Order: sequence, then C-alpha cells, then structure tokens
Amino acid sequence: MSAIEPPRNRLWWKQPLDRTEGLWILIAFVWCMVMFFMMPYWHIYGKQNLANEAYRTTPEAFQKKTDEMVAKHKVREETDLKIPVVHPPAGSDVYLIARLWQWWPMLELEAGKTYRLHLMSMDWLHGFSLQPENINIQVHPGYEHILTVTPTAPGKYSIVCNEYCGINHHTMVSRLYVVK
Amino acid sequence: MAVNRNFRTCPSTGLVYHEPAEKLMKWNAVAGVVFLLLGGVLALLVTLTRWPAVHLLPADWFYLVLTAHGIDMLIFWIIFFEIAVLYFAASTLLKCRLATPRIAWAAFWMMIVGAVMNNVAVFKGDSSVMFTSYVPMGAHWAFYLGLIIFAVGALLACFVFLGTLAVGKAEKTYNGSIPLVTFGATTACIIAIFTIASGAIILIPTFLWSVGLVDHIDSLMYKTVWWAFGHSSQQINVSAHVSVWYAIAAIVFGAKPLSERVSRGAFLLYIFFLQLASAHHLLTDPGLTSNWKIFNTSYAMYLAVLASMVHGLTVPGAIEVAQREKGYTRGLFEWLRKAPWGNPIFSGMFISLIGFGFLGGISGVMMGTEQLNLLIHNTIYVPGHFHATVVIGTTLAFMSLTYFLIPTLFRRELMFPKMAAWQPYLFGLGMSVFALFMMGAGTLGVPRRHWDITFAGNALAHEFPGAAFLMMGLTGIAGVAAVVGGGMYIAIAVGSIFFGKRLDVPAARRVAVRDGMAPPPEPAPAIPTGHGTPAAWGLIAPGTFALAMVFLVSFVLYYFVNWKYLSTVWPLS
Ligand SMILES: [Cu+2]
Repeated sequence: MSAIEPPRNRLWWKQPLDRTEGLWILIAFVWCMVMFFMMPYWHIYGKQNLANEAYRTTPEAFQKKTDEMVAKHKVREETDLKIPVVHPPAGSDVYLIARLWQWWPMLELEAGKTYRLHLMSMDWLHGFSLQPENINIQVHPGYEHILTVTPTAPGKYSIVCNEYCGINHHTMVSRLYVVK
Repeated sequence: MAVNRNFRTCPSTGLVYHEPAEKLMKWNAVAGVVFLLLGGVLALLVTLTRWPAVHLLPADWFYLVLTAHGIDMLIFWIIFFEIAVLYFAASTLLKCRLATPRIAWAAFWMMIVGAVMNNVAVFKGDSSVMFTSYVPMGAHWAFYLGLIIFAVGALLACFVFLGTLAVGKAEKTYNGSIPLVTFGATTACIIAIFTIASGAIILIPTFLWSVGLVDHIDSLMYKTVWWAFGHSSQQINVSAHVSVWYAIAAIVFGAKPLSERVSRGAFLLYIFFLQLASAHHLLTDPGLTSNWKIFNTSYAMYLAVLASMVHGLTVPGAIEVAQREKGYTRGLFEWLRKAPWGNPIFSGMFISLIGFGFLGGISGVMMGTEQLNLLIHNTIYVPGHFHATVVIGTTLAFMSLTYFLIPTLFRRELMFPKMAAWQPYLFGLGMSVFALFMMGAGTLGVPRRHWDITFAGNALAHEFPGAAFLMMGLTGIAGVAAVVGGGMYIAIAVGSIFFGKRLDVPAARRVAVRDGMAPPPEPAPAIPTGHGTPAAWGLIAPGTFALAMVFLVSFVLYYFVNWKYLSTVWPLS
C-alpha cells in the first residue's frame, strides 16, 4: 500500500498513469532532449569546443620539441629561475610543459591570432586553468593534447594548476601574455 | 525446511525485526556514525584552512586531512550506513529472516579492517593522494589494500541482501511484489555490485603497482576505469537516499506512491543509465572523442537525470496527496505549510530533496555538459556540486532516517528533542549556503584541492578577484555552521543510543517458517484504478506540480546563463 509495503494491487503495472506524473515526465523529457541537442549544436555553431586531437608521446620527445621552440622564439627570461618567455609566430605550434611544480616556458601570444597549443605533463596529472578566462583542461603524462586557441583580449593571464599534484601544488602557477 | 526464526515486533511502528538482522543493522549504522564523526572533525579542519582569513593547517597536513575527509565520508560513513539500510529494506520490510548472518558479520569485520587500514595509511602521512588517488601519484600499498578489503566486505553484504530477498520470496513472507523502498534498495545494490567490480579492476592493479609487481599504469586508463567506480559509487547513494525519501514519506504521512509503475521505472533508469555518467569526469581529458563524451554524458545520462526529475516530483506528490486526504486541501500549498516542520524526520528529508534537486541536480547537469565543463573542471565548483548531492542529498536523508530508527530499531527515546528539531535546518541550510558559495567561487576560477589561493611568496602569483575571497570566507562560515549541525546530529544519535531512556523491548518470538508465511492476499480489482481526486487543474498534486515548474524554470535559466558565459571565453577547438 505505502512505499514500505508490497503494492496492494498485484497488477500495479496496469495502473493508468496519473496526469500530474504524465505531464511532468513529458516536460522533463523534452527538456532532456534540448540539453542533449545543445552539445552537438555547439560543436557546429559554437566556438568553444575541445579538440579531439591527441597523440601518445614521450616526455623526451615533447621536451625536444619544446626546446626547439624556445631556442627559436625566446624573447626574454623572467623570475629568478630564468624561465624563458617565447613569442612564437601566429598560426604556429606552441608547446607548454607541465611538471612538478612548474609550467614551462612562458608564452606570449597575439590577440586575435590562432595558435596550435600542445599540452603535456612530464610526470603526474596536472590541471591547466587559465585565469581569469576560466578555461580548465586536464593535462596527462604521455598524452600530447592539441588545442587550437584564439586569445581575444590583450592582457596578463595566469595559468594555475588545478589538479592536485603533491605538496607544492599551490606553487605551480605561471603567466601567459597576450599582446596586441 | 522448518527453520525457526527469532523475531520481535516494534510496538510503536509495527515493524518486524529479525534478531540477527537487527544487531547487524545497529552495528553497521553505528560504525557509519563513527566515521561520520571522524570525517566531521576533518571537515572542520578543511573548511578552516580554505577560509582564507583563517588558513589553519600547513600544506602537508591540509592534503592529508582532505584525503582522509573525502574517503571517510564518501566511502566509510555512507557505505556502512547503506548496508544497514539494505538489511532494513530486505529483512524488516519483507518481514523475513536475514540470509546467512555469519557471512554478514564477516562482511562487517572486513569492512572495519579495510577502513582502519586505509585510515592508518593516510594518517601515517605517505598516502595523501586524495579520494581519487590518480596514478602516477602513488600511495602506500596499505591504502589500496584497505580499500580492496573494504570493497570485498561490502560486496559480501550486497550478496547477503540479495540472498535475503530470495529468502523472503521462498518463505512467502509477503504477497505480490516487493515494496517500492525495497525495490529502490535493490537498484542501489545492483549498482553497488557493478561499482565494486570496477573498483577491483582498477584498485587491484594499482595495489600491485604500489608494491612493485606492475611497472606502469596509464594515467588515462586509470582515470577512466577509476571513475566507473568513483562516480557509480555515488549513484548507489542516489538510489539509496531516494529510497529513504520514499520510506520517510510513507512513515511520516502514510503516503502511497502516485503510481508504482512510474517510480519503479525511474529506479530502473538509474540502473541502465547512471553508470555512463561517470564519463563526465573525463570531459577535458585528451584522447577521448567528442562522440564518446556526448553519448556517455548526454543521451544516456539525461535519462538518468529524467529519473531524478521524476522522483523529485513523485515523492512530494505522494506527500501532497496524503496530506490532501487528511483535509489540508486549501490552496496550492496548505498541505506543505501544515506539514510537520518540527519533526526532523520530515524536515530533514524535505530539505534533502530540495537541496539535492536545486543545487546538486542543476549544477551536476551543468558540469556534465561537454563544453560547459570547461568552465569549472577541477575548480571548487566541483566539491560545491557534490556536497549538494552527497551531503544534502544522502547524508541528510540518512540523518533523518536515524531519527526514525532510534526509537524503532534501537528502542531508545530520542535525547535532546529540541535540538533534533533544529538540527536538519542548521545542517541542511548551512550546507546549502556552503555549496552555493563554493560554486560561486569556482565560477571565478578558484581551484579545488588547493592549499593557498594567495600563492604567497610566489614570483608569478595570480590574484583572484576580491569576490572570490569573499565567497571563500562565506564558504568557511557556512561550513562551520554545517559542522556544528553535524555535531548536533552525532550528539543526539550517540547520546540517544547509549544514554537515551530505554523503551520496552518486546522479547523476540520464535516463529516457525510455516507460521511466518504471509496470509493469502486480499482480493483486489484486476485493473487498478484511482489516484485520488484532482485538486486543481485536473491534477491530484497541483502544488507539487507548481514546485516542479519553479524547478524547471531555474534549471533552464541557469543552464543557458552558463552557455552565455561560455560564449565569451577564448575560441577553442
Ligand atoms: Cu597541481
């Protein structure tokens, strides 16, 4: 009879649907379908989608490509650790290494230009969190994740690690410059 | 075949307890509460550290305490209590004996050993790897082994539950189908079995890796399988606490489900589709295609969302119909205004339902949307969401059920009844404010699992906006309020169980199998009819329907506000 007793009617599944429930199920189902179609819709018409482009690679190979980029496009160094700042040409491949507990190197990009950003971790899982834009991406060891990004406004941005990666996790923060 | 069984009938509720089952329910529930107490103390330390003006613990202690808090609460407190609920839903509600009490005790002690071993590993300090324990970050082997032993124990308990269902059926202790609450508990049990299997698939190799027998575990593979375990384990809770909502509606109001078919169908949707929702933890990971993400999170997950939206209507709907039958028929909401708001069994359950739906449900869908996830992945929005689902949803529902169990199962009078009347409000509303401000801070980019958002001493420090600090401060204050509410629960529960006035405990009666059989069923109409009479708009529960529409409008607005926000961030493909 009540929910803690067996249904009094043995053929409970033949009970007709009550209108309160029927109406709500219909409304809720339509809403669920709207939510479902929003994702493919955004793939076609929206501008913010994650790429499906990713490759397995090794820390050595990724480090080598990053070093090459740094050698070619370094414009200056920052902080006591002399972290290189690179200004690669628009449209080029840009590499960013995540490792305990640092982002390397620092990037300087141009507003309105598009870049292929390669992200990879050298060791544990890290989180690429671009602030204050608030774009958040998981960074894995061994997987080179490639995103096509177009910075919109010039300014000084921060990259915060937002995947717990050990005791000095909170020190893993870096800059990203966007210039005109 | 003529097994004799010992039963007692609770004089205040008429519920029937099998003697060994009763003891197991008590011990499992008490073990759960002990872990809740431990987790609650840790919760206070976590919240006082993340409150920027207080910033209590040093970094190493913070991560240790956060790891222990997550595991003690999400696994040990909740699963111990769930096992008690499973035994109750099977043995007590079916009025049958518990299958294999010896195995049930073995399960209990394995769970204790596993939980203690895991806690020791964490408190020794070399296993601060968080609830998720993502490889290649490694913990001490005892950390994984503890979890495995606990899981095997829980798996045994699930089989005892299923065995008890079989016993009830074979010994004909009830007529027709099992009660809705037992049905809901069965879905929780089935999800639990799937979950524990996934846990074994991932934790066993990780354990072997921690002792050096496996040399590499792929981080993406780990994360994918881990979430099949990690997220599904939270779905056990959803099934369990929705069952508890139905049980409380029945206990407090004598409410009947609007229709068994709809409520049971919604539970079945959980079994079919909830598991896929695990994928929403992988939306910003490389190496998984968009098609995979869309299928897993949306097509299928929305059917699970649909199920929750259905329960969100049918539980208050059943209460409304029951109240209207008692004569509270004026206007849309007299039934709700005249509900027993001073009774913590009801108030806790209702706050649990509203908080789970509005805060947990809506934010969960937002996080589970492929592109919107970019905005909040790994920010403090995520714990904001799951404190709404797991703490307001599951923990508060279990707390409310405790107030019912103390007199009927433990046969003690509730101590501090005034405090008990306030407890769900302080805990539920404190936790709601806590979750809400966490979500706000997450939208501003504040990361989760982060010791110092001021980045003190760092040359490249990032400055979060002042609003983020304000919201983290408010999170801290609300968190402390919720911890106080939790402390009140512990004081009432432990106080009543050990020092409460004893109610007379009827002696257990020996019942032979043949006598225990259910009476032949009363004749019932072949085709069931009747839901009660429509109260307004041709609906039997118009007030609930109006509330559901408020919910829908909030949902739609919040969902599209987030798409609007997403459209302003950097183009990305
Ligand atoms: Cu980190």
